[in-house]
Amino acid sequence: MHIPDGYLGPATYGTMYGAMIPFWVLASRKLNKTFKAKQAPYLALGAAFSFVIMMFNIPIAGGTTGHATGAALIAILLGPWAAIIAVSVALIIQALLFGDGGITAIGANCFNMAAVGSLAGYGIYRFVAAGSDAKSRRRLIAGAVAAYVSLNASALLAAVQLGIQPLIERSPEGQPLYSPYPLSIAIPAMAMGHLLLFGFVEAAVTALVLKYLQKNAPEMIT
Amino acid sequence: MTTVKKLWIAIGILALLSPLGLIIPALFGAGGAWGEWGLEEMKKLVGYIPEGMQRFAHIWKSPMPDYTLPGQQQGLAIESLGYVLSAIVGIAATAGVVYLITKMLGRKNGTD
Repeated sequence: MHIPDGYLGPATYGTMYGAMIPFWVLASRKLNKTFKAKQAPYLALGAAFSFVIMMFNIPIAGGTTGHATGAALIAILLGPWAAIIAVSVALIIQALLFGDGGITAIGANCFNMAAVGSLAGYGIYRFVAAGSDAKSRRRLIAGAVAAYVSLNASALLAAVQLGIQPLIERSPEGQPLYSPYPLSIAIPAMAMGHLLLFGFVEAAVTALVLKYLQKNAPEMIT
Repeated sequence: MTTVKKLWIAIGILALLSPLGLIIPALFGAGGAWGEWGLEEMKKLVGYIPEGMQRFAHIWKSPMPDYTLPGQQQGLAIESLGYVLSAIVGIAATAGVVYLITKMLGRKNGTD
C-alpha cells in the first residue's frame, strides 16, 4: 500500500501533502499538550513496531502482496495523535532510507495509513469497546474490528488516489501520465486483498497484542 | 524484566523474522504489492511506461532500496540478511526519531 513515486501526479500528491500537514500540526499540538515524557518509550516502541510489521509482506492469490500497518493498535494504546506521529515517522523513514513508498507520495501514504488508519482505528475501537472492562473480551473484538476496518479504509483511499490518475492526468494524446489503472481496476484490486486477507492479519495482530497486554500490562489499556 | 524491555525483545524477534516478508512471497511466486511495480514491470503490464511515471520514478535514490544491502546482490540468503539489517537500521532510526520528538513535545507535561 506504499504508493511509489511516479504513480500520483502533482495535482494529487500536492493535495495529499496539503491534506496531511494539518494532521501533523494537530498531532504535534495535541502531543505537546497531553503527552507525558514517560510515554516516550512506548511511542518509540509503537513506531518501531509499525516499521517492522510493514516489512512482512503477505502473498495473496493474484500474485500480489500486502501488509499490516499497526496504526490501529498504536492508536488504541497511545491515542490517535501519537499514532499519527509514530506511523508517519515509520513511513517517512521507509521512503527516505529504503525507497518503500515515494517521496512525492509521503503526504498520501501518511494520510492513508497514519492519519486515517489511526483515527478510524481509534474511533471504531472506542465505539465498539464503549463501557467494557479493560480486560474484557469485548476490548479484543473492538481492537480486531477497528484494525480490520481502518486498514481497509487506508487501502480504499490509496486505491482511489491511484484510480483517478487515468482520469485527471493524461497526455495530449490521451495516454495516462502516472498510474494507468482506472478506479474500476484499482478499487477491486486493492479492496480484495485487504478485505480477504490483510485486514484479518491486521485484526489478528492487534487482538493478540492487546490480549498479551491485558494479561501482562493491563495498565496500558485505557 | 519491565514490560518495555519485553516488548523491545519482541520487536527484535520480529526484526529477525523479517526475511519471512521476502521468503513467503517468493515461495508463492508472488510479485510485489499491487500498484508498487517498477518501470520494467509496468511496461510488461500495460505495454508502455507512462511519461510522468518515467520522470518521477527515480527522483529519489535511497541508500538501502527495497530493504537490500547497498550494492548488487542476488540470492535469498543475502537478501534475507539485507532484510534483517534493514529492519535493525529502520527500527533504530524510527524509534530514535520518535523518541526525540516525544521528548521534545512532552517535556513540559511532567513525568508522572
